[in-house]
Amino acid sequence: MTESHDDKDDHHQDELGHASSYYVILEEAIRVLLIEKGVFTAQEVETQIDGMDSRSPAVGSMIVAKAWTNPDFKAWLLRDAVEAVSSVGVDMNNQPDLVVLENTAEIHHVVVCTLCSCYPRAVLGVPPAWYKGREYRSRVVVDPRGVLEEFGTYLSDAINVRVIDQTADRRFLVLPSRPEFTDGWSADQLEALITRNSMIGTAIPLTPAQLKAETATQS
Amino acid sequence: MTGVHDIGGQDAGPIDLSDHALSSFDQRVDAMLMLLVHPNRGAFRVDALRRAIESYRQQDYDSLSYYERWLGAVRKLVVEQDILSEEEIAAKIAELKAQKVGG
Repeated sequence: MTESHDDKDDHHQDELGHASSYYVILEEAIRVLLIEKGVFTAQEVETQIDGMDSRSPAVGSMIVAKAWTNPDFKAWLLRDAVEAVSSVGVDMNNQPDLVVLENTAEIHHVVVCTLCSCYPRAVLGVPPAWYKGREYRSRVVVDPRGVLEEFGTYLSDAINVRVIDQTADRRFLVLPSRPEFTDGWSADQLEALITRNSMIGTAIPLTPAQLKAETATQS
Repeated sequence: MTGVHDIGGQDAGPIDLSDHALSSFDQRVDAMLMLLVHPNRGAFRVDALRRAIESYRQQDYDSLSYYERWLGAVRKLVVEQDILSEEEIAAKIAELKAQKVGG
């Protein structure tokens, strides 16, 4: 017999969001069948999982740091992000369009996917759990400043906050403003200041003092 | 009329900022979906995945985890596209369960 869709109450995920045993076995069944039918191979599944690690916020940080230190690259990035990021080795084949939004002293951008979880995966990897959750998706569009405060981000009233809703076909990456007191820093040094959330817009980059404090606690 | 997924602007509680890494289940579902929608295979498109996810009933949309929703949608779409049948899936689930009991 096929599993009825009305008996799901027996196999909800637990409170930590771990998949229920029903879904774990369903995943295995579908994967094994698709491998048996030659839709894909077990090796391709493994390769795909390994490849997930190659797309991470480190890619975004590298791009932002390059934009901060190279005005020509920054202009290119804002004009044609797909071409610009491809030029530094990001594989944009079969990826949705990418647009970069520049934060300035007047405008702060924050991105969301109210309908689901569209995210600039090509340059940031998979989205964090909160990005996919009901609370962020529901609230950031009506109370962006309140939401940013929950992330510990307090913006001056003089800054205009723009919330951008992602689409399936076009993804947005935030280019945060370069922090003060970083004159003369190399792109490599700057990368350490560029957090994932600063490229989503729920945070701003670390200051040199914050980086120093963070490094001190870790060692 | 808005669908179950169309939640922008609704009231909701505080945001859980904790970062949890994807489980191996999450990773496998993610990988399977990416392989299926890749143009080399073209089992279905992301738009079809969206339709499947957006057509969940409210109680399922709310109670399933993110990747459980994806997996349920993949199941619906591979059946719709005649890649797998519900009977094959049920038989494979029974076979896997029997293997696990048998150790």
